[in-house]
Amino acid sequence: MLVIVDYDAGNLRSVLRACEHVGIEATISADPQVVMAADRLIFPGVGSAESAVDTLQQRGLDTALKAFFAAGKPMLGICLGSQVVLDYSEEGDRDCLGLVAGVVQKFDFADRTLKIPHIGWNAVEILKPHPLLKGVESGDEFYFVHSYYTRPKDPGAIYGMTEYGLRFCSMLGRDNLFATQFHLEKSGRKGLAILAEFGQWDGKISPC
Amino acid sequence: MLSKRIIACLDVREGKLAKSVKFVDTRDIGDPVAKAKEYYADGLDELVFYDITASSDKRDIMLDVVEAVAEQVFIPFSVGGGIRSVEDANKLLWAGAEKINVNSAAVLRPELIAECAYAIGSQNVVLSMDIIKVTVGAEFPSGYEIVINGGRTPTGIDALYWALRGEELGAGELVVNSIDADGTKQGYEINLTRMIAEAVSIPVIASGGAGKPEHLLEVLTVGKADAALVASMLHFGEYTVSGLKHWLRAQGVKVRLKY
Repeated sequence: MLVIVDYDAGNLRSVLRACEHVGIEATISADPQVVMAADRLIFPGVGSAESAVDTLQQRGLDTALKAFFAAGKPMLGICLGSQVVLDYSEEGDRDCLGLVAGVVQKFDFADRTLKIPHIGWNAVEILKPHPLLKGVESGDEFYFVHSYYTRPKDPGAIYGMTEYGLRFCSMLGRDNLFATQFHLEKSGRKGLAILAEFGQWDGKISPC
Repeated sequence: MLSKRIIACLDVREGKLAKSVKFVDTRDIGDPVAKAKEYYADGLDELVFYDITASSDKRDIMLDVVEAVAEQVFIPFSVGGGIRSVEDANKLLWAGAEKINVNSAAVLRPELIAECAYAIGSQNVVLSMDIIKVTVGAEFPSGYEIVINGGRTPTGIDALYWALRGEELGAGELVVNSIDADGTKQGYEINLTRMIAEAVSIPVIASGGAGKPEHLLEVLTVGKADAALVASMLHFGEYTVSGLKHWLRAQGVKVRLKY
């Protein structure tokens, strides 16, 4: 069973509906036992890293997520979920899950015409292939809403980049974990294509 | 860089699509869920539903519309009309809306913006402003005034002041709706849109007056809007979403074309 992790961060029903639409059976849970027992996991999120990390810890979900990742089962982070998997976030000065080495920092532009948050549709340049990206092409656009962005330490963890004042990492991955900064559940058919592949993924990335 | 967004606006009255002309004469023109699906398939970037149901006892019909849309349309959509509390906002988000639009209720009680921003995040709170042109003076330095109740009631509040105040209170986006231009098909109110877009640091959605593709081009370039709201141009089948977007791209506007 696919489990969508509930940590009071955003509208999980939109992710659930997107799963149903592409034919993936899914359930929402905040229970660490259920999370660890899942076959595959979606770790979504909107809101602040600060409250997200605090809630994960209070519910014992931080340990469950680390255990799930270590077990090698497929895991998909979305938006805030793609940030919290790194080591550290500037937002609220929080240590995060540390599944991927790197930090999360805030957009800071001298150019006032670059509005923050970065809201809207923007292109993603695919840097290298990944099983989840079979249905999309480099240059396809996805829907973003965020003020912070990820900076993985290992360039090998970066799968996609997006331009907004600077080039930032918009898709990252390590082993059985893949994560998108954009809301794939709100990115039309291109986003649903990634989700549909996730429903089939065995968590392995072929060497390339 | 970000693409400019084309947003379809659907006025819904008791579960049915309605289109108003200057907010007074409204007529029903179909099923909002079917329209939403059609536009989504044709590459629409975002949807806005305004619930213009008069009686509050029939407002729950809107929740059914939102549920039905959320099950089939996977782009962001916001809902406005009659939101007076965080509770109202949460009901709509739970039903499947991405964002909520506040308008008259926020003018009457500005803390509503801050309360919603705190509860659901600034990025999900859109402040819609209905605006009329007035004489520039001490009371209205910008030359524009905020009106409420569907454009019928003047408030004495300067439009530029209210835009800045809304941002300060936590609105994540602004809809600049010109009541003078609404339904006329004579083009957006460019000066107004540009004035507000240059003053705030949150995205501005231009609304009211779109009648032909040139109007969108003008407001997205000269008017400095981040997004353009369209309604009757699409609802009556005169133009299509993909047609408008391809035309805009040909004029050099960055829009999302692959979907």
